[in-house]
Parts: sequence; C-alpha cells; structure tokens
Amino acid sequence: MTHLDSAEPVVSMQDISITFGAVTALDGVSVRLFPGEVHALMGENGAGKSTLIKALTGVYAVDGGTVTVQGRRLSFSSPAAAQEAGISTVYQEVNLCTNLTVAENMMLGREPRFLGAINTRAMNRRARATLERLGLDVDPASTLGDHPIAIQQLVAIARAVDVDAKVLILDEPTSSLDADEVEKLFAVMRRLRSEGTAIVFVSHFLDQIFEISDRMTILRNGRLVGERMTADLTQLELVQLMIGRDLEVLEKLERELGEEGSTVVDETPVLRAVGLGRKGSLLATDLEVRPGEVVGLAGLLGSGRTELARLLFGADASDTGTLEVAGRRAKLRAPRQAIDRKVAFLSENRRSEGVIADLSVADNMLLALQATRGWLRPIPSATRKKLVDEYIEALDIRPADPDALMRNLSGGNQQKVLLARWLITEPDLLILDEPTRGIDVGAKAQIQQLVADLARRGLGVVFISAELEEVLRLSDRVVTMRDRRKIDERTNVDVAVGDVLEIIAGDARAEEVGARA
Amino acid sequence: MRDASRVFSSTLLWPLLVLLALLVVNVVANPGFLEVRVQDGRLFGSLVDIVRNGAPVLLIALGMTLVIATRGIDLSVGAVAAIGGAVACVYMVSSPDESGLGTALVACALALATCVALGLWNGFLVSVLGIQPIIATLVLLVAGRGLAMLVTDGQITTVNNDSFRTIGVGFVLGLPVAALVAWAVFGLTALLVRRTALGMLVEAVGINPEASRLAGVRAVTIRWTVYVFSGLCAGLAGLMIAANTSAADANNAGLWIELDAILAVVIGGTSLAGGRFSLAGTFVGALLITTLAATIPNIGIPSETNYLFKAVVVIVVCLLQSPKARAVLRRRRTTPAPPAPPAPPESPTPTLAKAGTR
Repeated sequence: MTHLDSAEPVVSMQDISITFGAVTALDGVSVRLFPGEVHALMGENGAGKSTLIKALTGVYAVDGGTVTVQGRRLSFSSPAAAQEAGISTVYQEVNLCTNLTVAENMMLGREPRFLGAINTRAMNRRARATLERLGLDVDPASTLGDHPIAIQQLVAIARAVDVDAKVLILDEPTSSLDADEVEKLFAVMRRLRSEGTAIVFVSHFLDQIFEISDRMTILRNGRLVGERMTADLTQLELVQLMIGRDLEVLEKLERELGEEGSTVVDETPVLRAVGLGRKGSLLATDLEVRPGEVVGLAGLLGSGRTELARLLFGADASDTGTLEVAGRRAKLRAPRQAIDRKVAFLSENRRSEGVIADLSVADNMLLALQATRGWLRPIPSATRKKLVDEYIEALDIRPADPDALMRNLSGGNQQKVLLARWLITEPDLLILDEPTRGIDVGAKAQIQQLVADLARRGLGVVFISAELEEVLRLSDRVVTMRDRRKIDERTNVDVAVGDVLEIIAGDARAEEVGARA
Repeated sequence: MRDASRVFSSTLLWPLLVLLALLVVNVVANPGFLEVRVQDGRLFGSLVDIVRNGAPVLLIALGMTLVIATRGIDLSVGAVAAIGGAVACVYMVSSPDESGLGTALVACALALATCVALGLWNGFLVSVLGIQPIIATLVLLVAGRGLAMLVTDGQITTVNNDSFRTIGVGFVLGLPVAALVAWAVFGLTALLVRRTALGMLVEAVGINPEASRLAGVRAVTIRWTVYVFSGLCAGLAGLMIAANTSAADANNAGLWIELDAILAVVIGGTSLAGGRFSLAGTFVGALLITTLAATIPNIGIPSETNYLFKAVVVIVVCLLQSPKARAVLRRRRTTPAPPAPPAPPESPTPTLAKAGTR
C-alpha cells in the first residue's frame, strides 16, 4: 500500500454514536482515514454509512465519541467548519444549483473578486483549468441544468477538487455515471490519491470497490464490523461481512431466479405501444408487454430508456403513435390516467420524483391508492394499518415504524416504501426505472426476487437498469435502446452481456463499455 | 393520538406561552381585563371583544394556511375582502328593500360568489398557468382595491340593514355572531381536512409537487381549490368587516389583513416553504395577533409606537420557534429540557442481519 501502517491517520473517528430520538443510528463506530488511500465505506442500506459521513462533514452533531483531524480534536458545528478543516463532500444526489453556470457552481462562496464584484472571467478561467485537470470537456459558462445528471455529478466532484481538500468524500458518485465517466473519475481519484488526499468512497458496485479502494471499513446496523485491507478480502467475504448472513441464502436465491423462466401465457398484451414518440426525447418506438412477462430495457444513459417509460406512464405526453392498455386505446395526458388503467411507474429519481420527505412512511405508501380513491374517501384506518404493516413486513422495511418520517429512512428503505406504494394499487403493469440503483446487495436481491414473484403472479413488468447482468437475469425479453430509439428486441434465451453490448455499441465500442458492465 | 401529540408539540407551546404572557400583562395593566359580565342577555368584556374582532383574521388565516401548505401564498385576501364588502353593500343600497332580511341574504350570497370567482382567478394563474403565487396574487392585491372602488363608485357606501349588521356586531345566545361563524367554519374545515384525505394530499403537493403528480394526485385541482377556499374565507371576512361599521370602505376595509393572517400562520408553526401545516397552530396564532392588537391600547402604549410593539412581540415569538435560537437556549441551560420531536418507538426487527450482531 501507499503508506506504512504506522503512518498518522489524517482523520480518526473514535467511538462515534449518534441517536435520533429512540433510534440509534451509529453505535460506537471508529474509522481511520490515511493520506494517500482510497477508503471504502461498506454496509447495507441503513447500516449507517450516510450518517457516519454526515457526522464527519458536520451535518449531524455527534452524541458520543471524538473526531480527530490531523492530530487536533475537533467538533464540527456546521458543514462550513468541516470544509474549513479540509473535508469536502460530493453527495449521492447532486446538490448544486441547476440555474447557475458550471463555473458559478464550482466557485460558489469562493468566487474570485475584483473590487468586490465577482470576476467572471477569472472564475471561468479557474473553473476551466480544474475541469481540464479532470479531463472534462465542459464549458464553464454554460448553465449546469443544461447538462445531463452525469456531467452535473462530475462538476460536483470538480467543485470538491477545486478546494484542494485533504479528505474527499464521494458518496455513491458512480451511480449515475456510464463506463467512460467512471473511468475518468477513477483516473482523477488515483491522481488525487498519489497527491496524498484521503478519499472516502461509497459505492454499491463491488467491482468498483475492488478496483479502486485500498482499505475498507464495514458497518452493519449502525455498528462497526471491522476494518480490512481490500487486498485481504474476496468479494464473497465482503458481502458476508456486510449482511451478516450466510451467503448460501443469497446464492440460492440467485439460482432460483436463474432457473425459473416464468411462463408467459399468450393473452392480450397489458400494454402495446405502436410508433410511440415525443419530439426531442424519443423516436417512434414499438413495445409490447404481456401479462406475466418481464421486458428488460437495456441501453446506456440517455439512450431513451427513461423517456420511453415516461411516455408509457403519461408522465410526459406523447405526440406520435398510439398506446393500448389492456387492449383498449389510451391517450395518456397525465400519470393519473395511467394509474386508473392499472399502470404503475417507479421513477429513477427517487428524491425528486418519488419521496415525500416530510410525510410518514404510511402516508407515502398509501399516497397513490389514496389519490385514486379521491380525497373524499379516506382509506379506513383498519385497512391502512393492515396494508402498511403487511408491506413493511413483506419488504423488510427498516425501521419497521409506519409513523417514521420518510426523510429519516435510508435510500434503500425509501425505495422499498415507493415500491409498496405501487404494489398497494394492485397494478397490471409495473414500470421500474432503475429500481436497484444505489441499493445494497441484500435489498437488491430482495427487489429482484420480488420482481420475479410479481411476474409469476401475472403482472407485466418493464424493467430498466444500467446493469446488464440484472436486466438479463430477470427479463423474458430484452429490448435494447440507443440514440433515443429501439434498436433491437429478442427473447432472452442464452443472451449474454457481451451480446447486448455489441448491439449497443457496435463492435468497435463494445470493449470500452465492457468495463462498466 | 398523532393529533394530540401535534397539539402539544413544542412549536405550539411557545405561541401559547406568549399568549398567556400577553394576558398577564393586560391583567396587570388593567385588573378588570379578564372580567366578562352578562348585560342585556349577552356577554361583555375585553375577551369577548378580542374573539369578536379576531374573527376576520382567523378566517383569512384559515384559508391562508391551506394555501401556504401547498407552497403558495395569497396576498390578495385584504383586497378580496374589500370587494366582498363593497358588492354586498352596493347591492343592498340599490335594492328596493334596503333593510330586508332577504336582501341581506342575497347580498351576502352575491358577495361570496364574487370572492369565489376571484379565488378561481388566483388559482387559475397559479395552478394552470404556473405563475409564482406571490406575483399572481399581487395582481389582485393591487387591482382589487381599484375594483372595489369601481363597485362603490369611490364612495363609502353606508347601508341600513339590521340583519346584515348582525354578522358583524350581533349576538346569539350571548355570544358574538362573528366569532361563532368564524369558529364554526374553522372547526368544519379542520374536520374536513383531517377526517378526509384532503389534508394529507395538500401536504404531499406542498412537499413534493412532482412526486405527487406521478403518484396520481391531481395537484392542479388541489392547488386551485385552496385558492378558491382562500377567496371564500376572505369574502366572509369582508362581510364581517363591512357589517361591523355598516359600510363598505374600498380603501381601508381589510387593509394589511393579509400580513396579519400570514403572521398568524407562521406563528402557528406552518412553514412558508409549504408542506406540513397545523390548523391548531393557526388558531393560536390568530388569537395571539388579535390579543396583541387589544393589548396595545389597554396597557397605554402611545398609538405612534404600536407597530413597533407589535413587531417586537412577533420577533420574540419567531425567535422562540427558531430551531437555532432554541438550541442556543438549550445549551445555556445545559439541561435537556425542550421536548424532542415524537420519536419512533424502538422496533424489534427480527431479521437475520440484526440477529447476527447481537
């Protein structure tokens, strides 16, 4: 490794405890970060990774334990104090101002000034230099919101890099990046590492963890499982440490999923789109989903997967083509019309398009059902309780408290609540856009299992994921998209990841893309 | 049970304490302040005046609470109230039977219908055209008084109708009619909002409009409805104000009442950012604002400083509610006194993962 074990850690957190009311989020957790190392923080959803990061960045106050930065004991009262101590963070969901320019976002609060006024030219120049250092070809004067999420994420990282942080925290930075961009990010991380920066890396992609990290700390249920050198662990051992249950269970689940080809009955398709399109987002596309069938949508970021899903649900209105739901023509102008026809859609943007943060778990779960009933017919409290308890148990939602505020749940548990929201409406067609993104192995397997079960019960499912293995494991049919249109459709018999990659990229690009998949 | 815990949540505690303190100040300044006596079959006293004079603010704050919960704001309520009063008075004056009960009823219905139409206009601008609420309702704030002037022809229109007067100054069973009407509307609304799913849907739309739309909530309809309701409340308040003096004053009726209403909502603990709202809080907030208005003359504060006094009290309440200020107070006391937000009970999750750590 790049340092001796006797080296001084740049950050040392000792016996950190944090409680929210009666819930203990962290219980005596210790973490050491060494300069010139990539340190992976591992654990399932709700294990306490995000809480630990927020303690280190001054978002949460620590109830017990000490934080030592470069030998000095510090207690951060605010994110600004943590930044001053040299700790920079890039969060999972981009936290930038989309209405400002790229450069303004990077320099926010540290703008170069001339006679008190912001010196725009100097700011753009400095931003461009930093972006170029990261190998990013982005115009610093362009508006951030005009760029895809992936670029916004990289700008967030560029902002952190620009501060010359001693500690750089990357919370799920790769969840919305494609293979090229991940490679770019890793190149930057390696460079920063060689310059002596301590990098905290959180990701659910185990391959990425093993590719980039030197050391890892593993958490489970708010407690420390242990600190390990990455080189000393296999992926299987790591998963075992994270979820604390026998891996056989997981493997068995995977095998079951592999074996059961769900039997598709030849009935009226639950959904049929002919020439469906929308100016500027999707070219005319045909799609058919039959009951009990899982149709996987494969393709890179921006290939039109999400755009198609949104048209099928009426989240955006189509301007060409026709749509039939359960054999009847449907012109969808609003999501509500799709929901009334028993179509459900889980958006890829959990935070902005799914979660109602300040409402309880129960209210979040019942929102779609309540909306279809209308406000005059509230769900009787007995039914409420029954449905909520049933789904909290079935989906293993933690904490198992219907009155907990949605904002206090971890990402994976929020995702389960949103899934429950749709399952409660008893849909005939379920459109899942990246349902397992940013979710740990255990919850991921649970959700995959659930999708397979639902299909067996006769639901039609449209399954979208950037992870090709996942698409291929679950789907009966694979539809491949590129450049905002469907380029291929085939029954999923002996289709390998490589096949799909070849379709997507053409032979020339297949190898590049392979890195991600 | 959840409602109960909300009533006693710490955000409501401070306004209640300040209200209590105001009453104490009043009693010290004027020992007869709390006195309520029966005379001519009705109640008399400062407290009775407070609830009677507070009725318009309470009603407008009620509508405002729901509007604010959807991330909106309705600045036009004062002007709408003036229009409502003007429509009612002008109709009665021009009617052949100026003092009849039937005339008064038609006049009120006409005024309320006008205010509902104005609410429809506000709601249309905000929910359908997507204009920012502060701008959309500013239109009527500015134009509304002009409309009221147009209706009254620029005159202060005085009417002679005892039935109409009752809404403002009448008593039923010894209690002021204005307060009874306002409290009844308030109670019915609270019941409607919390017993049906309306409250939850309003909150959902206020917290995350796009997520609500994708979950099938008719967000446009809900936002539109709250502005209509706000217009209706403003109209009712306008009738009370006009009936109080038996006159429609286009320039001064309901002047600045939108600010009092917004203050009442905020003091009651509903965030201007939208989302969770508390009608109980608004009730206390409105009571606090009107008590404040009564306190100023009662304790002999010179009228030129009364706005200053009001400002100071409002600032104190807002400081007491600010999480930051409370954190400072807590640190100085070093005891963990203030009640924590209701915490979810420890949930024993019998999962394999958890069992592994024990």
